[in-house]
Amino acid sequence: MATIGAVHFLILAAAMFCLGLYCLMGRRNAIGLLMGIELIVNAANINFATFAHYRGGEVDGYIFSLFGIVLAAIGVTIALAIVFALYRNFNKNIEVDEVSILRG
Amino acid sequence: MTTEFPLLTIIPLAPLIGAAYNALAGYKMQKRFGHAAVHYPAIIMPAISFLITLMAFFKLLSLPANERVLIATLWDWMPIGFLDAQFSFVMDQLTLVMCSVVTFVGTLIHIYSVGYMHEEPSYWRFFSYLNLFMFSMLVLVLGDNFVVMFVGWEGVGLCSYLLISFWYHEKKNAVAGMKAFVVNRVGDFGFVIGLMLLFWGMQGEWVDGKFADIEGSNLSTASEITHEMAAAKVASVTFRHVAERFENKEFKERFLNRKVFGISLITLIGIFLFVGAMGKSAQIPLYVWLPDAMAGPTPVSALIHAATMVTAGVYMVARLHFIFALDPFLMSWVTFVGALTALFAASIGFFQYDIKKVLAYSTVSQLGFMFIAVGVGAYWVGIFHLMTHAFFKACLFLGSGSVIMGCHHEQDMRKMGGLKKYMPITATTYLVACWAIAGFPFAAGFYSKDEILWKAFSSGNLLFPGGGIFIWVMGAVAALGTAFYMYRSYYMTFTGEYRGGGGHHEDHHADHGHYGHAHTPHESPNNMTYVLAILGFLSVVGGFLGLPHLWHLPNLLHHWLEPVFEGSVNYITAAHFPHIMEWILMGLSVFLATAGWLVARWLYLDNKNPLPAKILASKNQLVRKVHDVVSNKYYVDELYDATIIKGVMQFRLLCDWCDRKIVDALVNLVGTVGKVVGFFHGRVDSGVVDGAVNGTGWMVVSGGAILSLIQNGKIRSYIYITVVAMFGLILINYIKF
Repeated sequence: MATIGAVHFLILAAAMFCLGLYCLMGRRNAIGLLMGIELIVNAANINFATFAHYRGGEVDGYIFSLFGIVLAAIGVTIALAIVFALYRNFNKNIEVDEVSILRG
Repeated sequence: MTTEFPLLTIIPLAPLIGAAYNALAGYKMQKRFGHAAVHYPAIIMPAISFLITLMAFFKLLSLPANERVLIATLWDWMPIGFLDAQFSFVMDQLTLVMCSVVTFVGTLIHIYSVGYMHEEPSYWRFFSYLNLFMFSMLVLVLGDNFVVMFVGWEGVGLCSYLLISFWYHEKKNAVAGMKAFVVNRVGDFGFVIGLMLLFWGMQGEWVDGKFADIEGSNLSTASEITHEMAAAKVASVTFRHVAERFENKEFKERFLNRKVFGISLITLIGIFLFVGAMGKSAQIPLYVWLPDAMAGPTPVSALIHAATMVTAGVYMVARLHFIFALDPFLMSWVTFVGALTALFAASIGFFQYDIKKVLAYSTVSQLGFMFIAVGVGAYWVGIFHLMTHAFFKACLFLGSGSVIMGCHHEQDMRKMGGLKKYMPITATTYLVACWAIAGFPFAAGFYSKDEILWKAFSSGNLLFPGGGIFIWVMGAVAALGTAFYMYRSYYMTFTGEYRGGGGHHEDHHADHGHYGHAHTPHESPNNMTYVLAILGFLSVVGGFLGLPHLWHLPNLLHHWLEPVFEGSVNYITAAHFPHIMEWILMGLSVFLATAGWLVARWLYLDNKNPLPAKILASKNQLVRKVHDVVSNKYYVDELYDATIIKGVMQFRLLCDWCDRKIVDALVNLVGTVGKVVGFFHGRVDSGVVDGAVNGTGWMVVSGGAILSLIQNGKIRSYIYITVVAMFGLILINYIKF
């Protein structure tokens, strides 16, 4: 009976990362992009937790993943505020392809 | 040896104060208080100088004969290496004679000018110049060394220029002033060269003791002169010190043997110094300025161009007797130039009609006599003649001024005549002065001129044998001429009928104005006639200072001046003639003077003799030629015009050509080169430099335009690019490593 080891967790994280990246590349909706970013960050957190667990003894990995969660929350908070601003200023539209006025 | 006498400073200072007063305040004072505010200070200042000179005389008398040197040092002037010229004044017997003449005659002429310049608008300017002249002349004669003397020397030249061109509104006068100044410049140049040669020649030799043979130790530059040497202060350019150096036999030998370009240095020094004297004292060939200088006011002619300034050259030669006496050639040269000038100028005097021109040529001639005297080593006689000449020539000039004023600014003797009736005092004093200058017994000119001729006759110091007698003949003929033309001027002016006043008198000085408008001549005011009377008196009495030794009477002047000239006594050799010879010569010169007088009387008395007019009208070629040549002053002015002035003018054209063709061409060439370089530079600038700058800008702009294409603001495209790049990097990493 196969036991669940570090590799499985890492594959999971990689899959989550790829899904997040695909989400970023494929979606136009700002909320969708946020979700993709969330997936990528959490993939990184899983990696932290995995290595922390399998190296054993020390807690620095867990702390890093906690930081990651906090950072993601902050990012989402600010990003949602921006999305809200977009929604109000761009004719109730949150399609990011339409919002390109900051281009060079 | 010397005695401090600080009062000496006042002698030149007083006239300087007078000059400054009139120059600064004269115009205002004249306007507010009239002429008196101008002329009283101007007369008092020279009078103060005269009084101090008298004090100095008594001070000198109280000293032993060979220690009669008063000195007043003002400040250290230029202590440079060996040259240590102090600004100091010195008064010895020679200076005293000069000072007395200058201050006494000068003061009298100031008084005379009050009357003569009465109507002159710029009265103050005249007196300011006159005082300035007194200052310069006194600095000249009082100067303790060459440098101070040179200051006075240049100062009198300047004042002469200012006063000759006093009426500068007329071009003629301005030109005459300029001529005097330029001719004097030639002489001054010679003087400066002489001084420099002397200083150079004595270089290192000024110092006694351990530095005495500096020449041998190759000390050639001033920088090698150490401080101790300079501090020793034995070096100076003072007359006394130089004379003392020459008393050292060894030094003198060495100095006499020095040669420059094969010419003896002492000869060169003397010749150049004498060129200075020639310019100042109007000797051949630099005499041409003096007759023209008569363009100035008559008191100026009397003071500067007869009594004082023109004798500066004689004074200089007498003062530097220790140099001139060293070289027989120099002495002969001075004598010969003097004799030639005396004769030459006397002959020009024959046919002059301008009364002042006659006197001018007579001055040149008398200066020639003075140079004969100093040339044969009879320095005291030269100074004696200088003094007597100052009296009688000032009297003559002032008399002529009185005549000119009486005749309403008429100077032509042909339009005078018969003035004895109208101006008795002037006529008498003029006659007395003529008596003196012609050399009749018992007048001043008799003693001095006779002594000169005798000294020349008995001189053994000339280069060729019999030279003294030759000089004597020239001098005697000149004396004969002098008697003739002086009496001619007297008879033409004062006897016969008055020929002027026919309503055709010319206005010589438009801005000078007339003294009254009556057409009959009139006697001059008292202040003028008194001066004439004093000078006339002195023209007779002045000669008693130097009575001939022959008469066994005390010769005061000779005795007085003897210590000054004793240094060069050894060089003067004189042939010995019996006393009877001197008596004969004396008789001969009296005879010649009488002959000149009688001829003049026969030809010109009362304007009755028709002979002069007949001679002038004669068609005889020989007579005409002689008359033309002499009355045109031997065409010397024309000769100078044709040679020197024309030469200078041609040189000016050459310079002009050089300036236009060469200098301008060079300037233009430089300009053209600059233009061409500028053109290319402009091309390079606009092409390469600007191109580089613009290219950089263009690159940045176009690069930005290209790069901004990827900055399209679409997040997904950024992500695509990131991912693609990531894969690319991974691929590269995989392939390479």
